Amino acid sequence: MKSTYDMLVIGAGPAGAFAAKTAAEKGLSVLMVEKRPAPGAPVRCAEGVGKELLREFMKPDERWVAAEIERAHLIAPDGFRMEMNPEKAGSEVGYVLHRKVFDRELVWQAAAAGSDIMVKTRACSPVMENGVVKGALLEYNGTVTEVRAGVTIAADGVESKFARWCGVNTTVPLREMETCAQYLMTGSDIDPHATEFFAGNDVAPGGYVWIFPKGEKTANVGIGIGGDRGGKPGIRPIDYLNRFVKQHFPNGKTIELIAGGVSICKPLESTVADGLMIVGDAARVSDPLTGGGIYNALYTGKTAGEVAVDSLAKGDVSRKALMKYDETWRASYMGKALERNYQIKEVFVKLTDDDLNSIIHSVAKMNMSEFNTLSLIKNIITANPKVAMKLGKAGLKSLIDSI
Amino acid sequence: MISVRRDICAYCGCCISVCPEGALELIDAYLDVDANTCITCGICVRACPLGALEVKK
Repeated sequence: MKSTYDMLVIGAGPAGAFAAKTAAEKGLSVLMVEKRPAPGAPVRCAEGVGKELLREFMKPDERWVAAEIERAHLIAPDGFRMEMNPEKAGSEVGYVLHRKVFDRELVWQAAAAGSDIMVKTRACSPVMENGVVKGALLEYNGTVTEVRAGVTIAADGVESKFARWCGVNTTVPLREMETCAQYLMTGSDIDPHATEFFAGNDVAPGGYVWIFPKGEKTANVGIGIGGDRGGKPGIRPIDYLNRFVKQHFPNGKTIELIAGGVSICKPLESTVADGLMIVGDAARVSDPLTGGGIYNALYTGKTAGEVAVDSLAKGDVSRKALMKYDETWRASYMGKALERNYQIKEVFVKLTDDDLNSIIHSVAKMNMSEFNTLSLIKNIITANPKVAMKLGKAGLKSLIDSI
Repeated sequence: MISVRRDICAYCGCCISVCPEGALELIDAYLDVDANTCITCGICVRACPLGALEVKK
């Protein structure tokens, strides 16, 4: 470890590792620190990612692709099953990863590109000068060392503290924090190429249950519920999950317990400050509707890495110069999807089981050739006027504007 | 003050980002509560997926 780098990355998940790799490949000196002893573990993820989206960044590798998904089933509260084929399911058809292997692959790539890496090293405070982030104090093995950097990247995940310490409000409203529990289960007959999503207020209020296969007889079985829907014994995610598993996987064996939180709020108002860029879950760019965040982490990490290279070359790492990062991702496919899915999520969390049943039944009857988001929403609203009422005029307008 | 049931906590960090005061931090594999900052609002207790947090009066 040196005392000064061009770029310091806090957190070695997909966002941090891709930022480090991108910048190191362009010749920046980079240090990436990870507070855990082992990047990628423990897993806090359902591990699903869209095929085409992932391919933008990596060539799929059998070492970390656990399953290839060909279709998805959406199960309504009344038990009706709707099959979604790739055209219908869009990017939700994809891969289920082994994140423990995938994350390490990304860290390895960052290291191979020339980035320094430190594990079990915690950023315990930013170094600030006149309101500009200039690096961090790093705690390792009982000692604290100052490391200065031209640009610092906060990639410290859902539990991000670094940006907050730099003066950015990163608090997620309770109702927009999806609280999750998951078992890795084996010994059950599942379709190894199909994901399943269960919706309904008895199954998962303000969220859904997912079954993501990880090979023959093995799957991530998990649940996310709205943060304001649980909080008492019997109605916490783990309680809903245990009831679901008892009913659907009576003979399944649990071989791993995973807990976690996913923000389903809007992204941070600004993902940059003087000398600082915020990426991945720390920037609150996980998808508000699906909870997916792997692609968004890779994309924001890469974009931040590129902007760091440009800004340092021009000798300007002010908030104004780094805004290029913020503007780029907001204008991107991902930025647009986040806006649209936030509006859809705001409707989804208010639906009753009757609403959900009638929506899922009506979608199942739709003509596949018309299956784009706008026609989907038009059809849903036409078939379910009650849903349109819930949106209200303003909600309807912002939803249509976001498409 | 918030107390952490370490036998239940799976150190997932879900509670940290909902804390309005920034009183919680996940340090490697344990959850740290800053007694000076915590206002005992209980929001983190509601967010915990496993029920590992309790308000201690």
